[in-house]
Amino acid sequence: MSDLAIGAAPRRPFVARHPSVLIFLALLALFTLGVTILAEGFGIGVISTSFVKTLGKTLCLCLVALAMDLVWGYTGILSLGHMAFFGLGGYAIGMWLMYARTELIVIESLSAAPLPPTPDEIRDGIANQIFGVVGASELPPIWAVAHSLPLQLAAVVLVPGLLALVFGWLAFRSRVTGVYLSILTQAMTLGLALWLFQNDSGLRGNNGLSGLQNLPGLGGVPQSTVSMWFFWGSALALGLGYVLCAWVVSGKFGSVIRAIRDDEARVRFLGYPVEAFKLFIFTLSAVIAGIAGALYYPQAGIINPAEVAPIASIYLAVWVAIGGRGRLYGAVIGAALVSLLSTWFTGGQAPDLDLGFYRIQWVDWWTVLLGLSFVAVTLFAPKGIGGLIDLITERRPPDRHGADLGPEPGALREQEADAK
Amino acid sequence: MILRAVLGLAMLVVATVAAPGLRAQAPEAPIQHLLQEHGEIIAKSSRRTIGPAIEALATSGLPEAQVVLERWQAKEMWFHEETGLFVFAEEVDRSTIKIFDIADGSEIGDVPDDDYKQLKPNSGIRGLIGGALVQFQLSDPNPRNRMRALNAIERRPEAGHLAALRGAMEGEDNPAIAARKARLERLLTMEFDESEEARIAAIEGFAGDLGVDVRAVLNRMVATRRGAAAEAPEGADIARLLTPGSEDLSLADAYGLLVSAELAAPRISRDAKRAALVANIENGSVAGIEVATLGSEGARDLAYAALAEAGVVEPVATEAQVAEALEAHVFFERYVAAPPGVAQAAQVALGAIELRLGLNEAADLALDALSLASIYFLAAIGLAITFGVMRVINMAHGEFIMMGAYTGYVVQLFVSDYTLSILIALPLAFLVTFGAGVAMERLVIRWLYHRPLETLLATFGISIALQQLAKNIFGTQARPLTAPGWLDGSLVFNDVVSISYIRIAIFVLALLFLALFLFVMNRTRLGLEVRAVTQNPRMAASMGINPDRINMLTFGFGSGIAGIAGVAIGLYAKVTSEMGQDYIVQSFMTVVVGGVGNIWGTLLGASLVGLLQKGIEWMNPSNTLAAQTYMILFIILFIQFRPRGIIALKGRAAEA
Amino acid sequence: MSTLLEVSGVSVSFDGFKAINNLSFQIGERELRAVIGPNGAGKTTFMDIVTGKTRPDEGRVTWGEKAQSLLSMSESAIARAGVGRKFQRPTVFEDQTVADNLMMALKKARGPFAVLRFKPSAADHDRVAELAEEIGLTPALARKAGELSHGQKQWLEIGMLLAQEPRLLLVDEPAAGMTPAEREHTTDLLVEAAKTRSVVVVEHDMEFVRRLGCKVTVLHEGAVLAEGSIDHVTKDERVIEVYLGR
Repeated sequence: MSDLAIGAAPRRPFVARHPSVLIFLALLALFTLGVTILAEGFGIGVISTSFVKTLGKTLCLCLVALAMDLVWGYTGILSLGHMAFFGLGGYAIGMWLMYARTELIVIESLSAAPLPPTPDEIRDGIANQIFGVVGASELPPIWAVAHSLPLQLAAVVLVPGLLALVFGWLAFRSRVTGVYLSILTQAMTLGLALWLFQNDSGLRGNNGLSGLQNLPGLGGVPQSTVSMWFFWGSALALGLGYVLCAWVVSGKFGSVIRAIRDDEARVRFLGYPVEAFKLFIFTLSAVIAGIAGALYYPQAGIINPAEVAPIASIYLAVWVAIGGRGRLYGAVIGAALVSLLSTWFTGGQAPDLDLGFYRIQWVDWWTVLLGLSFVAVTLFAPKGIGGLIDLITERRPPDRHGADLGPEPGALREQEADAK
Repeated sequence: MILRAVLGLAMLVVATVAAPGLRAQAPEAPIQHLLQEHGEIIAKSSRRTIGPAIEALATSGLPEAQVVLERWQAKEMWFHEETGLFVFAEEVDRSTIKIFDIADGSEIGDVPDDDYKQLKPNSGIRGLIGGALVQFQLSDPNPRNRMRALNAIERRPEAGHLAALRGAMEGEDNPAIAARKARLERLLTMEFDESEEARIAAIEGFAGDLGVDVRAVLNRMVATRRGAAAEAPEGADIARLLTPGSEDLSLADAYGLLVSAELAAPRISRDAKRAALVANIENGSVAGIEVATLGSEGARDLAYAALAEAGVVEPVATEAQVAEALEAHVFFERYVAAPPGVAQAAQVALGAIELRLGLNEAADLALDALSLASIYFLAAIGLAITFGVMRVINMAHGEFIMMGAYTGYVVQLFVSDYTLSILIALPLAFLVTFGAGVAMERLVIRWLYHRPLETLLATFGISIALQQLAKNIFGTQARPLTAPGWLDGSLVFNDVVSISYIRIAIFVLALLFLALFLFVMNRTRLGLEVRAVTQNPRMAASMGINPDRINMLTFGFGSGIAGIAGVAIGLYAKVTSEMGQDYIVQSFMTVVVGGVGNIWGTLLGASLVGLLQKGIEWMNPSNTLAAQTYMILFIILFIQFRPRGIIALKGRAAEA
Repeated sequence: MSTLLEVSGVSVSFDGFKAINNLSFQIGERELRAVIGPNGAGKTTFMDIVTGKTRPDEGRVTWGEKAQSLLSMSESAIARAGVGRKFQRPTVFEDQTVADNLMMALKKARGPFAVLRFKPSAADHDRVAELAEEIGLTPALARKAGELSHGQKQWLEIGMLLAQEPRLLLVDEPAAGMTPAEREHTTDLLVEAAKTRSVVVVEHDMEFVRRLGCKVTVLHEGAVLAEGSIDHVTKDERVIEVYLGR
């Protein structure tokens, strides 16, 4: 992404300097338009509403994969806890969705009572509705602002952001790096998941939050329409997220974070406060992940603590690695491809493979295949699917301007051997 | 005597005339006489009124009393509906019974059951009878019966048992039973003796005793009841005064006490208030207030007050009145189960016991933590080898633990003797996982030595593949791995401190592995070469050590230990395809906390993680999930202060 | 000549081994100094201490006119204060172009937000071009640093150090692995650099040091053994003993 032609410094527009961004945005727009035309909500109805939701969710996963790429592919921090931020974003919006919808239901049911309901009765009714399942009947303190959409929207950004800020500050300050940091981030998401699993976490324990696909007050709008709204929202968020990430990783900031990835100590001796840069990227990516989660879970309809279990974050790393880290479109390709394939295989749609002596049922064997292909990608194609694009582009006359910066085996090996 | 005999004969004649079937019935027998005295309540057979009859039987001193009580309890006593005379009977067929004399048990003959009615004591009465029987059983020649009687007393001690027990203490020849009798006698003295001094002396005799039985009795004796009064009550039986709104007495409970003591008017619940208002809706308004405006508690209070003024509903206390009432009364706890002096002595004794109890609980906790630590140590030691020696993160380590456990399970499918199967399983698990580890090192890891983060991801790929593979082969349900019989049960120190033999075995296994590791690393050629490769692979290679071979063996060794840990863990936890996941994060934390590259660090790390987890669980016993969350928080903070673990390498070695 | 850096009474030990033993050292503004010593004399550790990588067990390290202590500062803060360091092995960012490497090193605000807003001005581009000229890498500006030869990487690193505009340059064995022609070029670069700032060169090679023609400090077992001109120290008996053995 660094195409500073020396001597001449023409100030071309950002997008013009980064054609890949333009190509991505065009493809995304085309895809969105295509789905809109084919879907039930506003088009001819070739694509079912549930598949629109799957596609919308996939866009959100692409967005969180972008965040992961920012942290791992560009800055070299292998976070195994980014789905915690994703989940927190989902919980934050889910609290409002659940509260507001339950409030409408409670008011509706109380309006039939002989006396008009008091605020306390409404609150108790909501608390009973939401928390009856975990045997509580009072709203926990963390639900204090659940009635307010603006405040919960703020929480979508602030809660993951603050957690990342505090955690990152603690971890980076004490120079925890490499695999130590990975384990620590994994411990973080495990801690969060365990905390959410308890019934008195105030977030309904392992029941999680449900019914999130219903927008409060819009009960009359069919899901086919709502799904399109969320699809558009996800596409818009992904587009904006892509431009934001592309902007961040371009120019000098991008140079510095890639330099941190390759040789952290050297960057320090250049005078850059490495920890501040890492913290910035970690927090920014957490916020992006939170937003992606807030768009994902209303389409999924339910969120529970299993969503933030360590395994989810590791899958996130798998997507980015398979797609090709250190390049934004790689993260998007990886997330989209692997998550859609997973849906296809585990959904029982893939035809069984009859080997004569054994019948391979993909529901059972897909995970094995994924695990092994992941090993294969790590061993044989460290650049991931994005490496294929290099194969195509590098056939052209060598023009190193703006060539993509995958992890070069030579450069990286030496430094990583030094790091530990 | 003669007179009595004549009288008996006369009665016999009368009886024979009245009931032709009763040839040899002895109505003059003292036992029959006694039963007749209470005939009415025995026939009535009600738990509430039966007491005196049983008591009379038990204290009669008649030799037949025990048999009567036993057969009564066994529903073998009948009575003649007209004469009310009691007999023992056995059913011969549906309409015939064979009856026996209750005095000497001699057979009288078969009679139709029309005239007789069976006594069917319900379970409550049978319990009472059982209690009364205890005194007979206490001196039963069969020691098992005596033991049973003691158990019965312990389960349901009564004042009446005390005398019986004291009577049965002498002449006890079995020392174990004698000791139990003595202890029980002291317990009963404590609770039931008529003399306060004796009770207090017995209480003091138990000072510092940790027995569950003593604590149960003492706790019963210090039972209190809450009360409220206008004036501070006098009297030694006041255990303490309570402040409303404190932790011990909530404001609502305090007011509830006042209401139940009829010292204050009741408050009305929100629901009751609403119900009262709803009941009094007339033409869309309540007491002249429009229903539509009753959308707040304040408005409803006003409406209710208006109703009360109109006399439609009972007036209720307002918040101000409640506060005033609470202010005007004192609240206290009163000893109810024992006289004040005794209760206070019991309280003191309990306090002393609780202190010792705390110490012993701490000891028990330490044992628990120790066994947890040895499990973490076993699970982490293999990881410490691969991570510490080779700087390779093996995310599939948990799956190696699982493989070891499944190996044990499969061995038990073929070898049914549990001791033998475990002895086969341990080395076999080592071999299986050693092979898996070597294969993994050859196929994957050695290509990634300089890319630790990618090793992490590749081994993770292997981890999910292995996990799913296990699921496909063994199914999702848990498989048992049964410990040999001699590992059942626990080593019990006292009622508080105990540890199961399996945990001791795991602890011993952990020690063995520590010793084995130290031996291999410090005393063998392999260990020397491993250390050389760790410190400087290039130099080691130039000295003729083949680093490839060393890395392969090290990885295999670490994986093999994971397999053995799997068998050990499988013995006390269920074997599932996900069991590795349960230990992997803790194992990583053990290694990280302990510090890399040092077995003592791993040991310390395991102890710290184990102790911490148990400690937090103890402080927050209801919630192991929260305990784990707090532990992770602690470890994140710990890393702040010791980023390289407890035992950290310094200088050039740390940077290598 | 005012003192720029003063190291006094510094000791540090690793697992009982005293790498630096009561070392004292000073360097003035715009002074060129060579530090020589056998293996294990503590040369690299000395640099680690000055740049904040290693914390000494005792002693003081003060900097600049205000005699500010460097011991409580982080590596990056020390670098921003004006201490530049060149490592023994060339460490440039091989994945990025020469221009990017230089642009990153230019003396500008270093905070993340400032960097995010940073747009290179024409003056910045000119400065990069000028530095490239100086280190002889103008034709290679658009190439990735990883494609450069070993010597070119050394120069690029020196160029990056110059771009940082440090007041003190610490250079660790700059001539290692260079061809004679490259050595000469390197000597010129260092002598030129010392005209505007202080430079400390750690070197093994006596010939190279002789060509620098500056004051020499000899380290041995973590302490200063001798100090003075190259001719002075090479006549010192203890130095001869240390270097040539008994």
